[in-house]
Amino acid sequence: MAGRAMASSVDRAAGSGVERTLAVVGRLREFGILVALAGVVVAVSLLTPRFLSLDNLGEVLLSISLIAIAATGQTVVVLTRNVDLSVGSMVGLVAFVTGDLLKQHALGVPEAVLAGCAAGLALGAVNGLVVTAGRVPAIVATLGTLNVYRGLVFFIAGGTEVSAIDLPPGYLGIATARVVGIPVLILCAAAVAGVVAYWLRSSRTGRSIYAIGSNPAAAEAIGIPSQRLVFAAFAVSGLLCGVAGVLWGARFGTVNAFAASGLELQVIAAVVVGGVNIFGGSGSVLGAMLGAILLGTIDNSLTLLHLSQFWLQAIDGAVILLAVGADAAIRGYVQRALRAQGRR
Amino acid sequence: MNVLARRETLLVVLLALFIGLGAVLSPYFLDGTNFADLTDQLMERAIMALPLTLVIVAGEIDLSVESMLGLSSALLGLTYGWGVPLWAGIPLVLAVGALGGLLNGLLVTRAGLPSLVVTLGTLALFRGLAYVVLGPRAVSRWPAGFNAFGFGDVPGTLVPWPFVVFAVLAAVFAFVLHRTWIGRQLYATGKNPQAARFSGIRVARLKTALFVLSGALSALAGVILTARLASARADNGQGFVLDVVTAVLLGGVSIFGGEGSIAGVVLAVFAIGVLRNALTLADVTPDVQSTAVGALLIVSVAGPGIVRRIRSAWSDREVWT
Repeated sequence: MAGRAMASSVDRAAGSGVERTLAVVGRLREFGILVALAGVVVAVSLLTPRFLSLDNLGEVLLSISLIAIAATGQTVVVLTRNVDLSVGSMVGLVAFVTGDLLKQHALGVPEAVLAGCAAGLALGAVNGLVVTAGRVPAIVATLGTLNVYRGLVFFIAGGTEVSAIDLPPGYLGIATARVVGIPVLILCAAAVAGVVAYWLRSSRTGRSIYAIGSNPAAAEAIGIPSQRLVFAAFAVSGLLCGVAGVLWGARFGTVNAFAASGLELQVIAAVVVGGVNIFGGSGSVLGAMLGAILLGTIDNSLTLLHLSQFWLQAIDGAVILLAVGADAAIRGYVQRALRAQGRR
Repeated sequence: MNVLARRETLLVVLLALFIGLGAVLSPYFLDGTNFADLTDQLMERAIMALPLTLVIVAGEIDLSVESMLGLSSALLGLTYGWGVPLWAGIPLVLAVGALGGLLNGLLVTRAGLPSLVVTLGTLALFRGLAYVVLGPRAVSRWPAGFNAFGFGDVPGTLVPWPFVVFAVLAAVFAFVLHRTWIGRQLYATGKNPQAARFSGIRVARLKTALFVLSGALSALAGVILTARLASARADNGQGFVLDVVTAVLLGGVSIFGGEGSIAGVVLAVFAIGVLRNALTLADVTPDVQSTAVGALLIVSVAGPGIVRRIRSAWSDREVWT
């Protein structure tokens, strides 16, 4: 609150260009990541012209579309000052169950897709119940369900796997379909991110979610039903993991019990690199999407530059540290500058 | 606190229950060699759980431990392959572990970044470096003495050597945490870092030291795992962090800091190990066992609170009627 008051005082002062820029940067958390993304894009396109081809940019977006969907749900959870570590297991469980239902011809494609999404919602609701009704800290609860859900995939799979020949073309077609030349997977991710971003920004519930993460005690005091909204956040994360899981099966065709394991790290990395505060209350879906795009772009550039795949993980880790460090440094600088401005 | 309400009591009961379960499930379970094998396989995770306990008590977390284990294993393989003898190679990888921990510690205490995010980053970074160092290769020619340390027993007993290392470390950690001023500073820091700082505790230095310790002991776990498997690989220890964090939290350490004991964590490590072993003997695959471990974690944390609430709801009713 104080920060915003100071920011507007800067607006009124409308001093030098530097101060105005600071005021803009202070409010636009996504600015830093946008600069980083631009830097990477310029550097890589100078090194390999192929990077900027439409095909390649489409490939980048396609490769992160499922991560982006799960990261949207994760953003909602992190905003409430919680975290969902079980996303990889939820995506894997839904992908396998959906594929298995289709393999056994138990359901038609639309029904199986719906069943997959519903399963995701149910898994997310279990997380939400454990956290709210069970009063288990989110990191503990979802570390537990990460293990439980992954174990369930192995139990259901029992050593079998679903391969593309078992799946109806109607299902696999989801991943290859294009609308006006854009792959449906990218459109799905954009639609999910757009709807959730609008909901968080403009709905009463969305603002309450920011309030819970920003100051839980104050949120409680003004009558925001925190517990119910935290439950809802986990349910949303589960539902979106369900969507990502259904699409996972369609995209990769082959689904075994290991599907999407470790995905939680990529999803949380995207959210954190995108400037969503891990302690809740600030950040945006747009930021998380930019985070996912930045990480996807870096992975893609490494491939284009023929760098060894072994460097990939090390560079991902370094990028997370750099992004978070730079974000903290910029925020500290802006705050100090604004405080100095306020004193004058 | 009431003895019956203590976490350690619950864990002893659980451990007894799992031992009983194992005995029912398989006639081979109550065999000395089985217990020795079970213990040997747990030791890397058990050793990493000790410094992690202190880190979590102080209100932070270190997710990078399993990757530091991998990096240490890869580096040991690389240097030994170059002809660096183990007496020089082992201290070297321990120093690298300490340096990695220092990086974590400085980013958390000096740059003011949340440890969850920092160590998520170094979880990827250290594992990536392990692959950069060793690639997909495995180094599997080791001196006989080194292998004997990994899966040999103390002569004349069934006690595996890594257990000796763990037991000594656990005793030192328990003493430091529960009997010295360092331990009291750790609890104070975890309960209320601000108050701890104002009362003269050098919080930043203390936390940095904990991360260094965690890095160094994860590297030691890497050396032990390399000896036990007789194989240095970049992917050694992948997935360990879940078991380690689960053991610490199951052991009664509060994720918010300021609470927990070494005894609880040691009991939890063995409870998980015995449960997994019993299920293995009953032909349950390790991946499916994770369901039981995860459920155990949730129930153990949620259970006491739920029982308390039911009890207080019950006594409220008696007051009103």
